[in-house]
Amino acid sequence: MAFFFAQFLTGLANAAALFLVASGLSLIFGVTRIVNFAHGSFYMLGAFIGVTLMEILPGHVGFWGSILLTGLAVGLIGALVEMVVLRPIYRAPELFQLVATFGVILVIQDLALMVWGAEDRLGPRAPGLRGIWRIFGEPVLKYDIVLIAITPVILFALWYLISRTRLGVLVRAATQDREMVGALGVNQAWLFTGVFALGSALAGLGGALQLPKGGADLLMDFNIIGAVFVVVVIGGMGSLPGAFIASVIISVLNVFGVTYLPQSTLVLMFVVMAVVLIIRPYGLLGREEVAGEHGQVGAPETPIRPYPPAGQIAVAAFLGLLALLPLFADQFVLILMIDMVVFALFAASLHFILGSGGMVSFGHAAFFGGGAYAAALLVFHFDTPMELAFLFAPLAAGILALAIGWFCIRLTGVYFAMLTLAFSQLVWSLAYQWRDVTRGDDGLVNIWPAEWLSGTVPYYYFTLILGVGGIIFLRHVIHAPFGYALRAGRDSPRQAEATGIDVKRVQFGAFALAGAMAGLAGGIFVFSKGSVFPTELEIAASFDALIVVFLGGVKTLAGGVVGAGFMTLVEDWLTRLEYWRLLLGLVIIAVVIIAPEGIVGSFRTLWARIRHKEDAA
Amino acid sequence: MLEVDGIHSYYGKAHILNDLSFEVRRGEVVALLGRNGAGKSTTMKSVMQLVRPRTGAIHFQGENLVGQPAFRVAKAGIGYVPEDRRIFTDLTVMENLETGRQPSRQDTPTWTEEQLFAIFPNLAERRTNRGKHLSGGEQQMLTIARTLMGNPSLLLLDEPSEGIAPVIVEQMAETIMKLKAEGLTVMISEQNLHFARAVADRAIIIEGGEKKFDGSFSELEAHPEIRDAYLSV
Repeated sequence: MAFFFAQFLTGLANAAALFLVASGLSLIFGVTRIVNFAHGSFYMLGAFIGVTLMEILPGHVGFWGSILLTGLAVGLIGALVEMVVLRPIYRAPELFQLVATFGVILVIQDLALMVWGAEDRLGPRAPGLRGIWRIFGEPVLKYDIVLIAITPVILFALWYLISRTRLGVLVRAATQDREMVGALGVNQAWLFTGVFALGSALAGLGGALQLPKGGADLLMDFNIIGAVFVVVVIGGMGSLPGAFIASVIISVLNVFGVTYLPQSTLVLMFVVMAVVLIIRPYGLLGREEVAGEHGQVGAPETPIRPYPPAGQIAVAAFLGLLALLPLFADQFVLILMIDMVVFALFAASLHFILGSGGMVSFGHAAFFGGGAYAAALLVFHFDTPMELAFLFAPLAAGILALAIGWFCIRLTGVYFAMLTLAFSQLVWSLAYQWRDVTRGDDGLVNIWPAEWLSGTVPYYYFTLILGVGGIIFLRHVIHAPFGYALRAGRDSPRQAEATGIDVKRVQFGAFALAGAMAGLAGGIFVFSKGSVFPTELEIAASFDALIVVFLGGVKTLAGGVVGAGFMTLVEDWLTRLEYWRLLLGLVIIAVVIIAPEGIVGSFRTLWARIRHKEDAA
Repeated sequence: MLEVDGIHSYYGKAHILNDLSFEVRRGEVVALLGRNGAGKSTTMKSVMQLVRPRTGAIHFQGENLVGQPAFRVAKAGIGYVPEDRRIFTDLTVMENLETGRQPSRQDTPTWTEEQLFAIFPNLAERRTNRGKHLSGGEQQMLTIARTLMGNPSLLLLDEPSEGIAPVIVEQMAETIMKLKAEGLTVMISEQNLHFARAVADRAIIIEGGEKKFDGSFSELEAHPEIRDAYLSV
């Protein structure tokens, strides 16, 4: 019994950092409606800045002073990010904001690498709190007890700020109706900056407070963001007490998981989330989001049309060129082209639900990696022939998409995005932790295609036929009645329903189809590389696809394909540089701010403008 | 006090206001009349810069408002009461009032919560109730009270009589007269000619975003054809 209690206390202590980061994310989301993916980066910055300050400042005052200074410093960095990156894009669609914050992640990663180097830092122990206390005979870290005492104080301070001060009143008012707050004479720009700075400061505090229990490393940003999203989703977006309760649940569960089910610590978290969401789709203390509540009005989408004859000829000519490519290109180019086609199909499948369905999925890599793993597992464990195993890639990914979609489709907007992300993390943690089956991060190797496809040229044609075929099929579906229904559901769910379209069912179908297509891409991928690792299922992999769709242009059908081509080429070139993340991050941020229509969209607008001028002349 | 000079406003590609000019003088109550879709709300939003006129100028006490953010327009002394009320439903009555609070101004009366509760006694009983639990009439009073907390010198009231019970409409008319007596300048937009005549000194009629009439109510009565053409009776 005493052991249980001690374990519980450790869990409570671990909840401190998680709660700080999650409450910051929740706060920022509540007011700005931006899901700040870079929030994990602020947590990481907090850890690094904290370590550095603690090395300089000695003693009790130095330790606690460092933590407070870290919060301040990270808050200022957050304010800077808000002013430079987010201010210009508050009116842009959600996806653009997300992509921009992803750019911030990349920039901060490389900046941290520049400043602190690649080596992990061990956090210093808190002075005066080095040992343990015995509670009912069981050892509990002294620092844990301090953390347990601090967390409710912070919760109370935040609660007081939000519910009892003028600032809090304005923040809550802005959460509901920003424009009206402005019309009452409040400078919302500064209100937003302030909230963003406060949220960032909380993440920084979390990073610094966990130092004596951990340290600082360059993977912290992605490592915490999954847990933070789970916490925020379980607690309910925008609810501070919800974030607190969920942090405690997740942290306590994690401690017991490590003791009793060491193979399933990561999975456990997502299982809890799934259970909570089945019972309460908007989290424990969250409230239902009503569509259009925040008055976000965008320009209406221009209708999409089939290509004119000139365009069709151009596409046909391009495909002909691809078909003739092995006659004059060397092996390196063909392999690059295979990568490009695989990526294009993956991106096109995401674009299908995102652009036409309006469903922003953050976890699309689950289906790409899921398909790859399905095929690889069959080959690895059962020596299944490649042709059969390959068929299982889209099939398994489609079934996975049906299962995940069943939970996710009920939600919309940010909740949908978070939930898809959490499920993809669940799939990732299965691949990562179920070592008996998946071999964990050693990956599955020696997954080669059948004899007749083993050369680069045959596999190139195999890729070309299936990849391009898949993309054309998706395009075709968009122009079919099913595609019309999907787009109607995106633009006006209620009206679509009133005309007899079962919007959720159409979306469910589209989600499954997109999953199967991503699985197809994953199948081509795994046999071209001969191996698959859990990295294919990571958040970063899902984000690559999102960025590609975004770079190409969300509102254009060719967007995903063009973006994938662009990204494969740029990455091939960029990754040879030392600080390629920094450059890529800056490019992404610049594109979001300067050319938010993406590559294809921008060209189209430019073209329309030129033609318009000719008409006028 | 307020001079609107040749503004053109758009929603996307839809041309809403077409070369609209008018003036509001200190101390008067002006009624902006017109049918649904005539451009009344857009006119008010254009003054507040919630809709940015593409061309034209708006001067308030000598200062050009076009291009300023809405919060500066509010800080300059224009209080805006939107047609759809837009009270903060999760905030209590007291908190809603707090969101409107601005420092006092020299040229205009300063309001405290207690003074506002004296004018709107229903709200006084509901201080700690959340906005979403108020009746339509109470919400309408709250949105006016909230704007008054900013101590405006010009009050823009967008369709204050819309969607509330006749008894409350009468109260509303009395309230506007009280505000005028306190020295406030008021512009109301209305479809209800009867209500407008009861409270306003002057009428401006717009139709299709263009001004069709600007004058006293007695002049308007002398030209029933204008009333028949531009107002639904």
